[in-house]
Amino acid sequence: MSAKTWRNPLRDERDKRLPRIAGPCGLVIFGVTGDLSRKKLMPAIYDLANRGLLPPGFALTGFARREWADQDFEQVVYEAVKQHARTPFRQEVWDSLAEGCRFVQGSFDDDEAFDKLVETIGDLDRVRGTGGNHAFYLSIPPGAFPAVCRQLARSGLSAQNPDQWRRVVIEKPFGSDLATAKDLNRVVNEVFPEDSVFRIDHYLGKETVQNILALRFANQLFEPIWNSNYVDHVQITMAEDIGLGGRAGYYDGIGAARDVIQNHLLQLLALTAMEEPVSFDPAALRAEKVKVLSATRPAGPLDETTARGQYTGGWQGGQKVPGLLEEGGFAPDSATETFAAVELEVNTRRWAGVPFYLRTGKRLGRRVTEIAVVFKRAPHLPFDSTATEELGENALVIRVQPDEGITLRFGSKVPGTAMQIRDVTMDFGYGHAFTESSPEAYERLLLDVLLGEPSLFPMNDEVELSWKILDPVLKHWAAKGRPEEYKAGTWGPASADSMMARSGRHWRRP
Amino acid sequence: MIIDLPSTTTSQVNKKLVELREQGGAVALGRVLTLVIVTDDGARTEEAIDAANDASREHPCRVIVLARGARKAAARLDAQVRVGGDAGASEVVVLRLYGPLADEGASCVVPLLLPDAPVVAWWPFESPEKPSQDPIGALAQRRITDAAAERNPIKALDQRRESYVDGDTDLAWTRLTSWRALLAAALDLPPYEKVTAATVSGEADSPSTDLLAAWLSARLKIPVTRTKASSGQGIVSAVLERRSGAVALIRPDGKVGTLDQPGQPDRRVALQRRPVRDCLAEELRRLDPDETYEETLRALPKVVRGRAAPKKPAKAAKPKAEPAPAAEASPEPAAKPKKAKPAKAKAKK
Repeated sequence: MSAKTWRNPLRDERDKRLPRIAGPCGLVIFGVTGDLSRKKLMPAIYDLANRGLLPPGFALTGFARREWADQDFEQVVYEAVKQHARTPFRQEVWDSLAEGCRFVQGSFDDDEAFDKLVETIGDLDRVRGTGGNHAFYLSIPPGAFPAVCRQLARSGLSAQNPDQWRRVVIEKPFGSDLATAKDLNRVVNEVFPEDSVFRIDHYLGKETVQNILALRFANQLFEPIWNSNYVDHVQITMAEDIGLGGRAGYYDGIGAARDVIQNHLLQLLALTAMEEPVSFDPAALRAEKVKVLSATRPAGPLDETTARGQYTGGWQGGQKVPGLLEEGGFAPDSATETFAAVELEVNTRRWAGVPFYLRTGKRLGRRVTEIAVVFKRAPHLPFDSTATEELGENALVIRVQPDEGITLRFGSKVPGTAMQIRDVTMDFGYGHAFTESSPEAYERLLLDVLLGEPSLFPMNDEVELSWKILDPVLKHWAAKGRPEEYKAGTWGPASADSMMARSGRHWRRP
Repeated sequence: MIIDLPSTTTSQVNKKLVELREQGGAVALGRVLTLVIVTDDGARTEEAIDAANDASREHPCRVIVLARGARKAAARLDAQVRVGGDAGASEVVVLRLYGPLADEGASCVVPLLLPDAPVVAWWPFESPEKPSQDPIGALAQRRITDAAAERNPIKALDQRRESYVDGDTDLAWTRLTSWRALLAAALDLPPYEKVTAATVSGEADSPSTDLLAAWLSARLKIPVTRTKASSGQGIVSAVLERRSGAVALIRPDGKVGTLDQPGQPDRRVALQRRPVRDCLAEELRRLDPDETYEETLRALPKVVRGRAAPKKPAKAAKPKAEPAPAAEASPEPAAKPKKAKPAKAKAKK
């Protein structure tokens, strides 16, 4: 009997308790000494193992330049797990995970190191029974992708075989404009077919983001008003209060728009604005995202509909913080923006005339990511004008992080003899008590990679469409010299406010 | 914060809860269900509350504990409200019932149920004969019992089978999930062959072992033998025989298991016994009828009770059956006999 015709008698779709455990496989991490790998990937792997979702005999191989032996690597993973794992530490779980830890030392242009990797993986197949199924996680700068891909092809590690799988996981940035994104996709697709490429956008692994789909398509309450008849505009914000100290190598010349808007914010826009998919299988979901992204473009004139800024030094949260130009590693005349805001229009029947405002920045007021759907005012108010002076617009806010949840804002009568109406909020705290136990985004995404479940990963056409949306804005900015300055701890430069004020709107203070 | 309300009524308890919410902000908002714990007043009551508090971190809930005290005393209701640090992410109301009131618990629970939210009843220790017909059980959408905590666990399972109604579930079944997941995952892989026989062994009074055997027999439609293990805790091993060799999952020490499959190296898997709070959190995740559990209960009488240690003959029979499948099984026919040997050696140890 073949894999296709085999029906596992122990599985039953009614049996919802049974988790899907990944089949025998191993994960190879390139750039394993990096921050992401220690703080997110290794703990996520342990947490998965602890929840019993990894296959018995799972293998974790690190690849980096550092001169480590297997034991040193094991020690690093151990410390990372102890420090950052979400679930309690259990010796038995760790022991069985540690048996599968390997380390290969080498650089990306070193043929010998990759031959050694082939050997290690072959050995794992024998001792750990990983069955030739391996995922390669490229936690490395995109500049190194071609070298690694070439090596994987040369050593035969990327060779596809019907009985085994080889997958590659890549991180943002997926290029720096449409042309480079296409180059990158070509490099990767030459070696791995598109269905074996998993682009990690960790936002899509967050429970709250997946909950957008549940909120929209599982409820009768919201969908009828989810269109231009009722919605005035949508604001999508991702703000961070930290600066860029120590990240110059990655960030200088990239900037906020490429770093965040192109991937996270446009994905959030797609999920907010897309039509209902016919089913939740990956292809159907992707078709809807692609449709809405292809209908999206920046509103003009770009001078008035976009804003960018760069933070200067000042006091933030009780600490004196340096400006971007004083941060180590940045050119003293760096024109990299640390704040970016754009107005987009989605040209579909549902959204015509509803602007989508996207903004992101570093060293802003506080760390928050949210989607605010702001509704039109009631067409007629049967109250005295004095009664509704304090009434704002109704809003539905999806708080992605922190304090995950949903806020509904509406008017309510202020207690007293006079009729006076004021905004109140109704709060659903998704993270109110769930947070402690709800899995980290990376856990979900890594498991999906190992299961070969692509729905939460953007495909190359989504990436290219996002660049198509952003490219005109980037080109416009490039011709305009340095970005405007804003003080650390504020909500961005003055031009950000004026781009909203031009249509009588204003940014929500998140 | 713990507030005692001696000799009180439920409307006073309700008033106190509203008052606490007004003082402490949105404490009581966002609760997704009411969990009613039914026990006798005693030391074990606290264990159950702790487990519920832990589970509440995943499922914010209102916990109502019905602790039934001395029947001979005068009728009295003592209440205790716990919120904040003393209640995890839940709010706990402990109701101690004395005298004739002890048998009228439902009347005290009804006023305290959250509006429009599901009700789950949990008997951490002894449970009523027919949970669905118990006054508290009748209020609940989901009724959780624990056969392992009963005086005669195996008999309790029979009772569950006879009284099963949609919404019933048992922690002995929840404890099995990781075993079932591993066995199912093992059959996801080649060689894709029919399971011809299966044996499950465990402690004589482990209801989970019986349920595992019944589940296998219901799903695989073959007779499954359930034997008594000479040592170990709870479930000790499960062996599925196939033509190319057996899939064996063995946990001798209650912590780490070994998964042994033909064509694959032996692998260790962490298979620790699950604490009650884990099981409870899993139970609260789903509130719809568990059809698989029902099927499993129905298959209980089909389980064959066998003598201990049938593993050796089963394994010895394997090489004889070998020549036939060699033609069909594609990947590594030569590797199979070799792999089978270490497994055999282990079984003898």
